[in-house]
Amino acid sequence: MSDEPILRFENVTVRFDDIEALSNLSFQAVAGESRVILGAAGSGKTILLKTALGLIKPDSGRVFAFGKEISALPERELFEVRSRMGMQFQESALFDSLTIEENVAYALENQKFISCPPAQVYPRVAEALEFVELGGTLEKFPSELSGGMRRRAAIARAAVTEPPLMLYDSPTAGLDPITAQTIIALLIKERDLKRCTTLVVTYRYQDGNLIANFRYNPKQGNLEPASNGGARARTTFMVLREGRLVFEGVQDRLEASTDPYITKFFKQRE
Amino acid sequence: MVASKFGDFTGLLDFLKEPAADAQEFFLLTGRALRNIVRTPHYGDDIILQMDTIGVGSLVVVVFVGFFAGVVMALQMSKALSTYGQVGRTGMLVAITLARELGPVLSALMMAGRNASGIASELGSMKVTEQIDAMRALGTDPIQKLVTPRVEAICIMLPPLTVIADFVGLFGGWLIAEFYLGLSARQYWSSAWQALDWKDVAEGLIKPFLFALVIALIGCFYGLRASGGTQGVGKATTNAMVASTLLIFILDVMVTKLFV
Repeated sequence: MSDEPILRFENVTVRFDDIEALSNLSFQAVAGESRVILGAAGSGKTILLKTALGLIKPDSGRVFAFGKEISALPERELFEVRSRMGMQFQESALFDSLTIEENVAYALENQKFISCPPAQVYPRVAEALEFVELGGTLEKFPSELSGGMRRRAAIARAAVTEPPLMLYDSPTAGLDPITAQTIIALLIKERDLKRCTTLVVTYRYQDGNLIANFRYNPKQGNLEPASNGGARARTTFMVLREGRLVFEGVQDRLEASTDPYITKFFKQRE
Repeated sequence: MVASKFGDFTGLLDFLKEPAADAQEFFLLTGRALRNIVRTPHYGDDIILQMDTIGVGSLVVVVFVGFFAGVVMALQMSKALSTYGQVGRTGMLVAITLARELGPVLSALMMAGRNASGIASELGSMKVTEQIDAMRALGTDPIQKLVTPRVEAICIMLPPLTVIADFVGLFGGWLIAEFYLGLSARQYWSSAWQALDWKDVAEGLIKPFLFALVIALIGCFYGLRASGGTQGVGKATTNAMVASTLLIFILDVMVTKLFV
């Protein structure tokens, strides 16, 4: 695991009218690292991911991804950087007029920085959908799928190009506990098999706990506790409050915090 | 007194800030949409799909409106012309009013009612469900993929639709002239044909082209800035319809002034 930063925020501030959605935020994510970003609704979690992707320009500060200052790049030049990122949006954001197959194939067919011969599009789409256990849904439209299936299809769409940086926006929000666990298991599987850097925004501490303490066992095809030995993904927790970063560190430090706002997150599971 | 006047002035400036920012945003969108016509990638399939959905889909309503406009114009004009004993010139007046004014404006209004609102609701729904953001994240310029094809499709389809509306309107006028006013077909059509010159044809084609730009761009503009869920989409749809209708009339006056 290298310490080369894949994503770096330097004193980033994002404002909407007079409200600071992100306030002087600085952090960096290194290759192979997992970052769990906790925060209450409206704390700026989604804005952080969209800023990382270059969808939102910061009012001040700088954002670097893969060594390029994306906060200074025009939209067209951002496409190359974005081709190395995959984003699962909060409400899935699948194109509702396209089938699941067309949705997942979209990046392969439209990203000019991704070279995928037409003959390989279908096999890669089928493989990505099999990965998220949605092999039988190619011809279906997003409206025909359940919320959890849409979330998995969105993960397949984000991951089909095998980007080195994956961004997940509240992947378990609004899902029942079983489906939520399935989604997080997929996320861990994606992280461990593809060795990608992962940023997960969530308000559920259980999600972060799984990401930090479990890994995917490819032989058995399921999750196992990372304490069983072997490689363990480096996981850093971040807590946002009203756009400000109020905590950054490992799980043990988070759980040792006495800050009432921070303790609310891990006390959820007690 | 001076302070009070200054205060009023800054209040006015504050009031104008939002419309000025909106206008700036609209012209930026227009510039980017038009520039994309000559930039790659070109989404030919989307242009054809939009030409079918927007253009062919509007054919029936445009034909109906053109027909009834011709019928009403023939009835109204014949009544006015009878005062001067010039009922035989009904074809001339129907042709001029349809080609210069009613054909382009009514076709554009129908197109705006059907499509500016339709585009705004479609793009607005995509905006509020983050599909526009997803498109950007997946390496596609939403203006190139969504706006430019709609602009091209409407600009290609509205002028011929207007010509169809003009001819159907003339046909409706002829029905009135022949079966209600007792004019011969030759009298009506020769009067109509002789009344038109190239200037009328030019006016009748320039107007729909400009109206098409307005309809497509206003629909896309309001759709892409929709926010606040389904209510925001509804608001964008209404605004697109109202703004495109108003702009059609304003542009109509400006172009008419150039030709008169």
